Amino acid sequence: MADPGPRGRFGDHGGRYVPEPLVAACDEVAAAFQEAWADAGFRRSLANLLALHVGRPTPLTPAWRLSAELGIDLLLKREDLAHTGSHKINNVLGQALLASRMGRTRLIAETGAGMHGVATATAAALLGLEATVFMGEKDMERQAPNVFRMRVLGAEVVPVRSGSRTLKDATSQAMRHWVGVVDEAYYCVGSVIGPHPYPYMVRELQRVIGDEARGQCAAELPAGVPDFVVACVGGGSNAAGTFAGFVGTPARLVGVEAAGGAGAARGREGVLHGFRSSFLQDGDGQVTEAHSIAPGLDYPGVGPEHAHLRDLGRARYVTVEDGEVVEAAVRLARTEGIVPALESAHAVAWVIRAAASGELPPGASVLLTLSGRGDKDISTLMELL
Amino acid sequence: MEAGFRAAGRKLLMPYTTGGLTDDWVEYLRAFVAAGADAIEVGLPFSDPTLDGPTIQEASDAALARGTTARGILADVTGLDFGVPLVASTYYNLVAHDGPERFCAALRDAGFAGLIVPDLPLDEAGELIAAAEAAGIELALLASVVTPAPRLAQIAERSRGFVYAVSLMGTTGERREVDAASAALVERLKAVTDRPVLHGFGITTPEHAARASRAADGVIVGAALVRRVLDGAGPEEVGGYLATMRRAIDQGA
Ligand SMILES: Cc1ncc(COP(=O)(O)O)c(C=O)c1O
Repeated sequence: MADPGPRGRFGDHGGRYVPEPLVAACDEVAAAFQEAWADAGFRRSLANLLALHVGRPTPLTPAWRLSAELGIDLLLKREDLAHTGSHKINNVLGQALLASRMGRTRLIAETGAGMHGVATATAAALLGLEATVFMGEKDMERQAPNVFRMRVLGAEVVPVRSGSRTLKDATSQAMRHWVGVVDEAYYCVGSVIGPHPYPYMVRELQRVIGDEARGQCAAELPAGVPDFVVACVGGGSNAAGTFAGFVGTPARLVGVEAAGGAGAARGREGVLHGFRSSFLQDGDGQVTEAHSIAPGLDYPGVGPEHAHLRDLGRARYVTVEDGEVVEAAVRLARTEGIVPALESAHAVAWVIRAAASGELPPGASVLLTLSGRGDKDISTLMELL
Repeated sequence: MEAGFRAAGRKLLMPYTTGGLTDDWVEYLRAFVAAGADAIEVGLPFSDPTLDGPTIQEASDAALARGTTARGILADVTGLDFGVPLVASTYYNLVAHDGPERFCAALRDAGFAGLIVPDLPLDEAGELIAAAEAAGIELALLASVVTPAPRLAQIAERSRGFVYAVSLMGTTGERREVDAASAALVERLKAVTDRPVLHGFGITTPEHAARASRAADGVIVGAALVRRVLDGAGPEEVGGYLATMRRAIDQGA
């Protein structure tokens, strides 16, 4: 997973499809990130925050009982234990430091599950910035606790009532808002999506997951590297960060999408939100609405680097249904004492299915990134159980 | 289209409407011509119009909800002669969906002269520039108030038909005033190109149109007209409003 170059290309994917008024802002972010990422002082500040505020490194937990039931060797990379409850904080702290360095006083963000919004509100509070978070009205209803958390942290949450009233429209609205405030505000994108440099920058900021896991696997596994590396994919940031640590190893990479939001597995080539990638569309080229029980996967596209890894055959993208996801969440809770986020439960569901089908051979070692914890989903689970 | 603009001998007025917004949407185009339009911009609605404010978002959603498709819009105007050029505007996904060659050929066959794609900056436009040229479609590029000088010259150079001066840092929509930064953008463009420069975004009243067209070669008017269509005004009424803009421009310029 290399540097996509000044035009932000991962094969045919990526690029920067933004209106002319945003080109200068993207250039500025790209230049600032390049400079910061090469600066040992910036890296040190970020590493300090990740250690002291987030609690990194996160553990690699063997899932003993579930492994025994499935006949495999399952290791969980515990992003659910990161401060704020998901991997989103890794990315946000990096971008918030960058925003401060660029002299911006406010962060703008889109959010689906609310985890990126909470992480943004948290980083803003920590660094003394303001935060404005765009969230679809439908997601505000199903993730109400996260809306309250953001407000407690001092962020402004702006309801988005257009279109699907989920992550896609929240992202569109954040981009519209950004055009008018580029001088004062920094757009903190929540996944490996958006115009260049965001897909590259967010992957670099999330690669801490894969880099840590690689070292932990080397200590934990006889072979040093797992046979399979599995992560859920919405826009694809926890997966991209995880894969970055293993792309140079023989491990097989598997991204798990929601059946109703499978941009990589079922999309076709298109351009949305500033990048070229694989999107769910109808026969006329209109982007269709994604549907998933997990709001963080309710996005019709996938980050450009995932479309590229798919085309190269380096990673595989598979889908699971809402029903299996709920079962998997409950099974992980009752075997390991871990209630996962419904997004993360997608990865668990695929592992359960693939172990049963033999796709994961008996004894296979599997690293699964548990991207977040399920507190936010408790009311959804309660309704279904 | 560009040659016609240069020969017009007056400030240019380019009204916009969303294609397929109502059953009788083509009647609005005729009313625009009667009101003194020099060209007409026809929006091909897209599900995610990220550079449009609430009015054109609402129009796009309404048109799509009626079952409008780009193909249907092209079919509606094929073979009609409005006496002024038609300029399609849409987001790049619809172009990419057909592929630039097929998309431009379809526009030409339907009688369009020009094309605007707001989410396609110069750096990504190479393929479409070539396809448009091959099909005889004039692809107008956008310039913004924050575009630096060397890039502004490149945009003007590679643009066809006219240069679209995005007069403010924001989305399309009705505004109270003409943004003060717009005059400087138009001046900077006029200094590097003799291509017509049209001022777009935020033109809401006849006064705005008159004021903006003093520096620019003309104006593009969108949301102010579409708002009226959405509120139920018929072709004659919307055309009547456009005619007041025409008069203001001709008197004020
Ligand atoms: C816990 C959790 N996992 C995964 C995702 C999906 O995002 P990504 O694919 O960028 O990791 C989200 C997004 O909201 C999330 O909250």
